[in-house]
Amino acid sequence: MSNKITAKTITDSEFFYGHKACAGCGGSLAVRIALKVLGEGAISVLPAGCMSAVGFNYPHLCFSNNSIISTFAGTASMLTGVEAGARAVGIKNFKAVGLAGDGGTADIGIQALSGAIDRNDDILYICYDNEAYMNTGIQKSGLTPFGAKTTTTPSGENIHGNLRPKKNLFEIVAAHDIPYAATASIGNLPDFINKIEKASKIKGTAYIHVVAPCPIGWGIPVNETIEIARKMMDCGLWYLAEYENGKFKLNKNPSDFSSIEDYLLAQGRFKHLEAADIEILALQRDTKWATIRKNWNNIQEEL
Amino acid sequence: MSKPYLRPYQKPQKLSDYPLGTASEAGYLVTKNSGWRNERPIITDECINCLQCYLYCPDGVIFKTEDGLDIDYDFCKGCGICEKICPKQAIKMEVE
Repeated sequence: MSNKITAKTITDSEFFYGHKACAGCGGSLAVRIALKVLGEGAISVLPAGCMSAVGFNYPHLCFSNNSIISTFAGTASMLTGVEAGARAVGIKNFKAVGLAGDGGTADIGIQALSGAIDRNDDILYICYDNEAYMNTGIQKSGLTPFGAKTTTTPSGENIHGNLRPKKNLFEIVAAHDIPYAATASIGNLPDFINKIEKASKIKGTAYIHVVAPCPIGWGIPVNETIEIARKMMDCGLWYLAEYENGKFKLNKNPSDFSSIEDYLLAQGRFKHLEAADIEILALQRDTKWATIRKNWNNIQEEL
Repeated sequence: MSKPYLRPYQKPQKLSDYPLGTASEAGYLVTKNSGWRNERPIITDECINCLQCYLYCPDGVIFKTEDGLDIDYDFCKGCGICEKICPKQAIKMEVE
């Protein structure tokens, strides 16, 4: 495709600027890029979470498109209302987009999201996944991976961080038979940009799950946000996939994985893991990939 | 090209100066983020204009100019992602 949006062709305008996110914040990069692709017609809805905390500090308001803060649980239902309202008053060329964190999506907002997909409202829901409730000081969410240390899943002698695996939200959303769902990572922005572009043209509900590392919560230096997001994909703990027309599609099928230890032990939240814990994570990864490779159609080779 | 920009702000003096609701003008910046920074990125002549730093900057402070790229130091937090992402090591971090 020749009309793909690239770094050269993407708009120079910034719609999320001067915000108070921590240095090296992955979530703010996801929001910035998403709004750059959607343009000024985007009407964004942000629930309680980092991006509303850093974007709206009256009188310092960092979104230059129309934006509103929703209740924590109500991102998707407010999107429904925004879309219906904008249509009713005759606004043209707009896109109602939700920008919620992992807690606001997988735990607190899942009922509203499920309802919106059920009604097939014409909205785009983007979940930036930093794998814990970072805004309130790093508490475990449904998307916190196995073994990760948070303030509510501390690591001690007997229990080594979070006991439960990461909720598989992408497939939960796909199970609603949604018109379009995708996973992405800020480690691969061209892929993320394509998926937003594609999702914005979908009639009906679209969902994008983008991994956005948090230097503070993950225990990494602030300049390594992108690198750790790439390592996460390379070691197989995250995959780039799409769900469309009732079919799953893997965008990238690596022939071998990089070292899972390298990825885990580079982060403060996994420093306490022992060989046996890493073994469990590696086993979960291998089981997951075996299922993906066996069941998902149209598997593509390297992008 | 447009983006939120710095504007003057005066604290409300009397009751009628206060906003009536919770809605307010979008893209209205009143403070800088430059004080957060210990190091500032400098784009050197090695730059090949590949735009990776522009794309991956979480704050969007790197912008295109007629002859390359420039940085808005008012809002750069000095995270150093641009230095890491640069394929030509053309960005150097300089202690403030």
